[in-house]
Amino acid sequence: MRGPEPEPAVPGGKDPEEYAPSVARRLAFYQRAGGIVTPLLTALFAFLMGGLVVVSTGHNPLTTYKAIFEGAGLNWFFHFGNYHIDVPFTNHHVWFWWDTNTNHTAAYNLTQTLLTTAPLILTGLAVAFAFRCGLFNIGGQGQYLVGAIVGVYVGSRFVSMAHFPHVVFAIVAAAIAGALWGAIAGFLKAAVGAHEVITTIMLNWIAYWAGSYLFGRGGPLQNHVDKSIPISDDISHGAHLSAIWGNPALQALHSGIFIAVASLFVFYLILNRTTLGYEVRAVGFNPEAARYGGISVSRNFILAMAISGLFAGLAGGLDILGWQFRLGVLDVQVSNIGFIGIAVALLGRNTAVGVGLGALLFGSLFTGTSTRSLDPNIFPPQLAGNLALMIQALILLFVGADLLILYVWQARKKLRVPRTPKAAPAEEGA
Amino acid sequence: MADAAPAAPLLEMRGITKTFPGVLANDHVDFDLRRGEVHALLGENGAGKSTLMSILYGLYTADSGEILINGKPVEINSPKHAIELGIGMVHQHFMLIPVMTVTENIVLANEPRRAGVFIDEPTAEERVAEVARSLKFAVNPHALVQDITVGQQQRVEIMKALYRNANIVILDEPTAVLTPQEAQELFEILRTLTREGISIIFITHKLNEVLAIADRITVLRRGKEIETVPREGATEAGLARAMVGREVLLRVEKKPASPGELLLHVEDLVVKDDRGLEAVRGVSFDVRAGEIVGIAGVDGNGQSELIDALTGLRGVASGSIVVGGDDLTRANAREALDSGIGHIPEDRHRRGLVLDFNLAENLVLHDYGKEPFSHLGWVSPRRWLRWARGILEEFDVRGGGPATRGSSLSGGNQQKVVVAREVTRNPSVLIAAQPTRGLDVGAIEFVHRRLVEQRDAGKAVLLVSLELEEVLSLSDRILVLYEGRIVAEFPPDVSEEEVGIAMIGGRQREAA
Repeated sequence: MRGPEPEPAVPGGKDPEEYAPSVARRLAFYQRAGGIVTPLLTALFAFLMGGLVVVSTGHNPLTTYKAIFEGAGLNWFFHFGNYHIDVPFTNHHVWFWWDTNTNHTAAYNLTQTLLTTAPLILTGLAVAFAFRCGLFNIGGQGQYLVGAIVGVYVGSRFVSMAHFPHVVFAIVAAAIAGALWGAIAGFLKAAVGAHEVITTIMLNWIAYWAGSYLFGRGGPLQNHVDKSIPISDDISHGAHLSAIWGNPALQALHSGIFIAVASLFVFYLILNRTTLGYEVRAVGFNPEAARYGGISVSRNFILAMAISGLFAGLAGGLDILGWQFRLGVLDVQVSNIGFIGIAVALLGRNTAVGVGLGALLFGSLFTGTSTRSLDPNIFPPQLAGNLALMIQALILLFVGADLLILYVWQARKKLRVPRTPKAAPAEEGA
Repeated sequence: MADAAPAAPLLEMRGITKTFPGVLANDHVDFDLRRGEVHALLGENGAGKSTLMSILYGLYTADSGEILINGKPVEINSPKHAIELGIGMVHQHFMLIPVMTVTENIVLANEPRRAGVFIDEPTAEERVAEVARSLKFAVNPHALVQDITVGQQQRVEIMKALYRNANIVILDEPTAVLTPQEAQELFEILRTLTREGISIIFITHKLNEVLAIADRITVLRRGKEIETVPREGATEAGLARAMVGREVLLRVEKKPASPGELLLHVEDLVVKDDRGLEAVRGVSFDVRAGEIVGIAGVDGNGQSELIDALTGLRGVASGSIVVGGDDLTRANAREALDSGIGHIPEDRHRRGLVLDFNLAENLVLHDYGKEPFSHLGWVSPRRWLRWARGILEEFDVRGGGPATRGSSLSGGNQQKVVVAREVTRNPSVLIAAQPTRGLDVGAIEFVHRRLVEQRDAGKAVLLVSLELEEVLSLSDRILVLYEGRIVAEFPPDVSEEEVGIAMIGGRQREAA
């Protein structure tokens, strides 16, 4: 009696979502489909288009990209030799394949790339984590700023504290501040259904103007040395994160990079190995089923936004304690590290590995095109900065576009092999 | 209709065969349609009705066979082409844009234009009004689609087809979304249409509808055409036999119930719906261990709100719910689950499963936070997979293993996963809401058998279903929910008519 049970190939489907999938559903689909190939193609296309722009300015795109590559210090990996590195906390050193001397441009540029990569990892995670809960966190920037503000406050006060506790205190305070800032949006979503995109954008502006006021002329947190400069006090020396690579006077790479990389693992572990992560993913995929399963959707909205904010706030704190050491109104107003995090997360498909690689790509791109790093004989750095922004925009555009491509591809597949009951009633035939 | 002259058929489908990987969906099916008739296409889910109509509407191409319109062979490659040939289809889920007006929806993709680019609104409105007049439809052409009733939305769909000059209209399970009243109105509309010379193909699996409206009936079973008969002389029993292929057992085989202790006690329960109106108005009932209590009723009489309240998914306005001694009146979903409620939800896609989760993750949806599925907040996906493998085997889930995503299973197997999860939790009260909706006969038997098993294992089972037959065949006691109140209680040997009368509020049903 019971043969294989063919689900009827019902072109009239059962689920109205199949005809008009929501943005979240489409992005979730993008997250799964195509594996690693699509983000690679996405980036490749963006660079190709950027190359066309370079051509249109009368420069050679190949040499320009090579210069950007070297400006980012990535060529460092390709120079092998007989070098050594110091073993920390001892006088010993051991043989090493690469030259770590930052007097050489490549190594120095690489430290600068990694310096940018660290906060990008964290702001990328801030977007990715919320996304896994079905929330689009545009507020990474605000959460980053709040973290930086609190970081600079704690770092520049409590000067009597010992080095290690002071650093830890400042970092934890910055992270918690970011978490609270994020949680506001989560709470508003949970309590009154206010859309997180709107509220996080508003919170970004609140953080922006709060920073501008606090450190502005006559502001309560303006420095005590020169009242004509709208900038904070310097953080105390004891609150500096230790430099791990390079000359601290020349913006060395600080130990925050370890925290950022460790955060990637934490992100993965929370999502895939904890009950909290299970809940977050359940809510992200299907809030109604999660609720039916006994999961509190509102609690997860708040928690996911708080954890997102925590990552972003951590980024702000690390930047202050690692290399900025102070925060000016100008810093507050030109910073866009939180926004780049959106591109990082989307390109990285909201996974730990993807975010890590995406952050490295954008970190390299921005360092490689900076006035400091790019060889002005090859491509004018004033244009290069715009080129970086353009490539970033193109990547975002293509993330959206390949979503579309994948969607069409999937619809076609559905029509051709309608084993699933989801044949799309597209207007054209198979 | 009475004047059905045996003219050449308007539409003929000959020897249509269509296979999908592993499935013969249509096996040399012949079908014809005369001008001005209602031809019902009857069959169970998966019998191939929808596939056949999708071929006619250009969504699929047949592997073999031919389609003739007015005696001329045609090839239909796309819905667009089908529309040009005068075929319109009203899908079960409407293809309307909620934020646009009735007129805009009807003329969509076929707008009268001014200067090539602007929509000629006066002309559009006039033409829509014309269609409406000819059918005596009462639909405000300026109303937004989201503001009109489901029945009216369906009329808009029909008007859309007619606006595109369809003379063949395919209706896919059109009454599934309608109240009995609206269904009667739909039948009136269909009679008007046939008088205008329009032919209707009516896809359904409901026998009473077929006998109420169809001029001829074609029965499909497992992709094969079983018979085509005129309505005159057709009986429910005969059609059912043709549909299922054997004498239909309306009663599931089970021993008489031996009710034990009181496990679910509901008293004076009042529950509000999303709009704040009272959907459940003072309902009281008991379910004891070892019995199945069925709640019959027409959709929208408070069933969903009642289930949601019992399972902690919706607040209770007043009254009380007691499960095995625990007061669950103010409980949330988690507390209800922990107090021994099991819940097979009415919509497995919206609620029962996280389609993007794998089966193991779906099976732990309630208990992921408990030992042995997690320890101090840490979970072990590998252990889930191992455990799930055994459960899937036990419940005969086919089409995937524990790591398969929920969305890639067929509906019947998805429902088995839901049933497996709820049953293995060993609840004291099992609430099954429309547990066999959209399932084929094999899966239905599976679910029914499991429910009876649960009863025999001493659980209190509450079955809420819109399928009267299901309620009658499974229940040991039958309650009828009408406008939020329990209006009648019947023993299991009650006749369908008696329950049916109570379901529509005690009034005599219109003669079918």
